[in-house]
Amino acid sequence: MSTILVQVIVGGLLLGAVYALFSSGLTLVWGMMNIVNFAHGDFVMLGMYVAFVVYTLLGAGPLLGAPLAVLVLATLGVIVYFGMIREIMKGPMLAQILGTFGLALLLRYSVFWWFGANFLTLPANIVGGTYVISGLRIEASRFLAGAVALLVTLGLHLLLTRTSLGSKMLAVAEDSTAAQLMGIRPDTMQAIAWAIAAGATGLAGALIATFFYIVPTVGETLGIVAFVTVSLGGFGSVPGALVAGLLIGVIESLSGYLIGAAYKDIVVYSLFLGFLWFRPQGLMGKT
Amino acid sequence: MRRLLWPSVVLALVIAYPLWFSTPFQQRLGALVLLYAIAASAWNIVGGYAGQVSVGHVVFFGCGAYAAMGAYTHFGLSPLVGIPAGIVVSVAISAVIGVPTLRLSGHYFSMATIAVAELCRLVVTNTGYLGGGVGLSGPSVPRNVFDLSFISALPYYYLFLAVLCITLGITWWMANSRMGFYLRAIRDSERAARSLGAPASRTKLYAFMLSAGLTSVAGALYSMMFGFVDPESGLGILISVKMLIMAALGGAGLLFGPLVGAAILVPLEEISNNLLGGKGAGLTFVVYGAIIVLIVRFQPGGILTLINRIWSISDKAAKAAVAEGTRHAP
Repeated sequence: MSTILVQVIVGGLLLGAVYALFSSGLTLVWGMMNIVNFAHGDFVMLGMYVAFVVYTLLGAGPLLGAPLAVLVLATLGVIVYFGMIREIMKGPMLAQILGTFGLALLLRYSVFWWFGANFLTLPANIVGGTYVISGLRIEASRFLAGAVALLVTLGLHLLLTRTSLGSKMLAVAEDSTAAQLMGIRPDTMQAIAWAIAAGATGLAGALIATFFYIVPTVGETLGIVAFVTVSLGGFGSVPGALVAGLLIGVIESLSGYLIGAAYKDIVVYSLFLGFLWFRPQGLMGKT
Repeated sequence: MRRLLWPSVVLALVIAYPLWFSTPFQQRLGALVLLYAIAASAWNIVGGYAGQVSVGHVVFFGCGAYAAMGAYTHFGLSPLVGIPAGIVVSVAISAVIGVPTLRLSGHYFSMATIAVAELCRLVVTNTGYLGGGVGLSGPSVPRNVFDLSFISALPYYYLFLAVLCITLGITWWMANSRMGFYLRAIRDSERAARSLGAPASRTKLYAFMLSAGLTSVAGALYSMMFGFVDPESGLGILISVKMLIMAALGGAGLLFGPLVGAAILVPLEEISNNLLGGKGAGLTFVVYGAIIVLIVRFQPGGILTLINRIWSISDKAAKAAVAEGTRHAP
């Protein structure tokens, strides 16, 4: 394999890890409450803008931007849960879909109104230079984003499977009435799930902002990426989201390199539809 | 006959509207309200009555618009000729999308339709025959009346009104046919409807196809009024969103819901654009988003449901008062 192809694949894996991170937030909420957050991509967009604001106001990089983005988005997640989700969960499907869709519009165009439609970027050297490992050139910003995203996604998986908080959340997902009888508050657990899910998007946004273009409508594209990842990995499954995220990152990079940058979204969307049609339960999901 | 009283009063007022409000802005506004009401009513068939939230209706809207403009650009025909072509293509596409995705549960259907819409927009943007990113234009100077290219909005107003009446007529007929009862049963509980023998998949697909065809007519009319179509105005996801919000605000699954929604939102958007200029574009959608969140949170049935409830409460109060009166009567 030529070096450039390896380079493209490594770049895809690093980006894919970030996809996996924000998609695991979507899959968590979806698996636990059977709610699809259509504003999920716009949460990531907000994380990017938090990182941008932190840089312009304080001149700080992702070291400060990322924790702040997590904090801001986790708070937003809790507000959204108590303000809207808790009520519409009991409502009809139309209300559930419309509700998060309206939220997406509200967030996207508030940012649009405030910052304008211009493409913003953080300075290229905000994380440092480029590593050269045996002929492979890897930007430090992409490496940092990929590595942190991978670790946090794995951490999230451990949190859900190995801790008592994770077991409680699983119990609520399984049967919230039964969980309540065992002394677990479904409301608290679901609010925590929203905080975690939104926090993950904030982190992913702040990480991706170091090398990605920042624009209000980026959430639409990233939201569809999250849908693809979750439907590929099977809903509710964080390991599934991880594998699917990495896979999509690689597919996107490869198709961008082999067919042309204009067609890489076309490839990803077609893949998504193909999966919805032929295997709606995902790669790892059960029927 | 009492049931027809209010609709006919409203119809008379709508017909008379351009006579009272005769400035170009007001007539254009009226025409736009009717146009969006057509699109939202078409969406209402599948989104409201069947409860399948399609966010990809812009695909059919774009089909109609591109067919109408394509008929002129590529064949030198009147854009009107494009309408049947657009309907045929839309219905075909809706069948291709609908057969696999309507099996899926609600969320999946919505996500799939978003992806289809974005896919179409990207493909059309990269297709030279359809004008790429620039799009297609209609006749700049009308050759005859069939080019439907008027300076005044008045002819469009009455044309759109006629199409809206047909659309609402079809919707009413569908809602009161066997199909309408099936659709409402499916919306309330698909499993229960199936177990009682309602052909759920087939009925949903028919509703989707009907809705797609009507949406494409709205798209064609839109492109004729504006004289062009490009990927953003013909296939942008925001057009789907507008249909969805108008129907939901007025009352999804109610005959006149989309009309009420359009009559509130279109003037709001046009007036705010006029007042705020370029800055208003973003703000309009902030308001849209806020309105959706508020309706969903506090009045998921839409405005008409609220009005109906208030009416029935006052009705009950009146009846109770009458009952009270008779009881005390000697």
